[in-house]
Amino acid sequence: MTAVLERASLKHRLAEKGVDRVLWLLLPGAVFVILLFVYPFLYGLQLSFQPKGGGSPFQNYITFFQDDYLAETVWITLWLGLPAALFNVLASIPIAFRMRGRFRGKRALTTLLVIPITLGTVLTAEGLLAFFGPTGWFNRILMALGADEPAKLTHNYWGVLFSLIITGFPFAFLLTLSYLSGIDPTLEQAAATLGASKRQRFRTITMPLLAPGLAVTFCLSFVLAFSVFPSAVMVGNPAGETHVMSIAAYETALRDNDFAMGSAIAMLMALVMLIVIGVVLIWRTTLYRGATGGKG
Amino acid sequence: MSGRFAELHLDQVQRAFGDTVALKGMDLTIKGGEFVALLGPSGCGKSTALNCLAGLLPLTGGRITLDGKRIDDLPPEKRGFGMVFQNYALFPHMSVRRNIGFGLSMRRTGKAELNRRVDEAVRLVQLEEHQHKFPAQLSGGQQQRVAIARAIVLEPPLVLMDEPLSNLDAALRLEMRTEIRRLHQSLGLTTVYVTHDQEEALALADRLVVLRLGEVQQVGSPEEVYAHPVNRYVAGFMGYRNMIPVTVGSQEGEHATVHTEAGVKLVGVKREELGSEAVAAVRPEDFAVVTEIGANTIEAVVEIVEYHGREQAVEARLRDGTQLHVRTNSRLAPGDTITLKVPAERVLVFA
Repeated sequence: MTAVLERASLKHRLAEKGVDRVLWLLLPGAVFVILLFVYPFLYGLQLSFQPKGGGSPFQNYITFFQDDYLAETVWITLWLGLPAALFNVLASIPIAFRMRGRFRGKRALTTLLVIPITLGTVLTAEGLLAFFGPTGWFNRILMALGADEPAKLTHNYWGVLFSLIITGFPFAFLLTLSYLSGIDPTLEQAAATLGASKRQRFRTITMPLLAPGLAVTFCLSFVLAFSVFPSAVMVGNPAGETHVMSIAAYETALRDNDFAMGSAIAMLMALVMLIVIGVVLIWRTTLYRGATGGKG
Repeated sequence: MSGRFAELHLDQVQRAFGDTVALKGMDLTIKGGEFVALLGPSGCGKSTALNCLAGLLPLTGGRITLDGKRIDDLPPEKRGFGMVFQNYALFPHMSVRRNIGFGLSMRRTGKAELNRRVDEAVRLVQLEEHQHKFPAQLSGGQQQRVAIARAIVLEPPLVLMDEPLSNLDAALRLEMRTEIRRLHQSLGLTTVYVTHDQEEALALADRLVVLRLGEVQQVGSPEEVYAHPVNRYVAGFMGYRNMIPVTVGSQEGEHATVHTEAGVKLVGVKREELGSEAVAAVRPEDFAVVTEIGANTIEAVVEIVEYHGREQAVEARLRDGTQLHVRTNSRLAPGDTITLKVPAERVLVFA
């Protein structure tokens, strides 16, 4: 009996000091994060400052920005990642909006919208090639309708963008749907009884409450799209218009055996992502971020 | 659409959800300036009726007319009825002032006019100190005031309240109840108030509508419904906690003589056409503990005694096992055998 009491009181004393022993369960996770993320990251960071050919520690970074073929990858990747993320977030709003209520076939439709997650980029790329390729269904229909030549939608920018949209949309949609479901529907009803039209309700109630969630959704969608690699190779033009940063890093490190330069490109990739996320999150701080339901 | 109206008419208003009919052909006429309470337990259709009035639920049958003009096909934003929601539904990203001014700004009211009317509403619900706060920084009672101010600032022809006090603690509930009554008396806004609390309904309303399973049971002033419930269901809701199963003996005019299962004879007021089986409804406070067995007396054994200050709430059991609720000033103890007397006009006999 006394042992039990003492044990309870120890737990109590620890809790008083803010120590929760359940949190020790985080330890294995923390070890893995350190081994598999922090260590490789720091290793890559210091490696990037040791250029293969010697010289200034910043030589790799200088080379990157002096070599147009490499420097260009930043814009190429942004030009893919930003529109893809933006499209995915914007497209998921009206669909998520419609999907809030109960209606026949809701589950089937949700499944259909989410299935692309399970496909993986390779299968998506194959499908894109078969559908949008020069002899694919899309072009056959186009030709049958009287087009002079097949539209070029694969092995270029568009192929990669389509692939990013197909694989990225389900994420954006699921996140947006959960943020939207968190908004108390009686708020909109209240706005309606106060004379707000559908459009006014969306603008004054739903959108301000949803925007912080959309910012997060955009960041995650962007990170997914920015690190595009397989589809840029398979349905893009990896030597030209879809020569994205991850391909540049891969080629430099594993084809040219310049790990230091490859690390520098990877670091720059991380930096660009951080800048975009930073800008979005700073904008997010200007929004209302409190509760979106219940008693307000 | 604002200003007073003469008559709001619900004509066979029906609402079904799939196969379940939540509201079965409700007829009701509400006069301008009236305070009407819809009363019933959960699932009786009272909130459905309110949402139908607000336009938040489309009708599946019947019609609603305002001074002869049909309104049930209008969306809520075109009806212009103010509504106070059970969870208040305050906009969490807007200050108290912007919440209250929301309806006015949707109507593109001029800035000076908007500020003047918001000031007035803020003063009316005594929120001057809190007008720049956000809803999350307010207590439940203050949030409730914001919700009421937001609904009445537009001076809507009809204010709808959906159990507005059910989220408040007991003391605050009484205070806000008086507040709502005071607002209604000073502004004269026609109000439809939904509640499951008979005391609240009796205290606030000019007219009560008692609902059960989607059907109107009784419509009348608080006095009428309280004193003359039309059936055993309304009686149960109006404080007739004792429903003693009886067999009907003789009937004479408005009186009926009935017998409990143990054979005790009671005389009561006949409220419905009776068959051979009936219930005798008695309020706990209408029993008097007496010393002598006589007319309309009944013997019971005390089981549980609760001390309530001036009186005691007693649970007693008749010889046939029927449980009785009694409120009395006499000091009783569990195990006591008591004789209870109830005047014939206080016994209501329902089929």
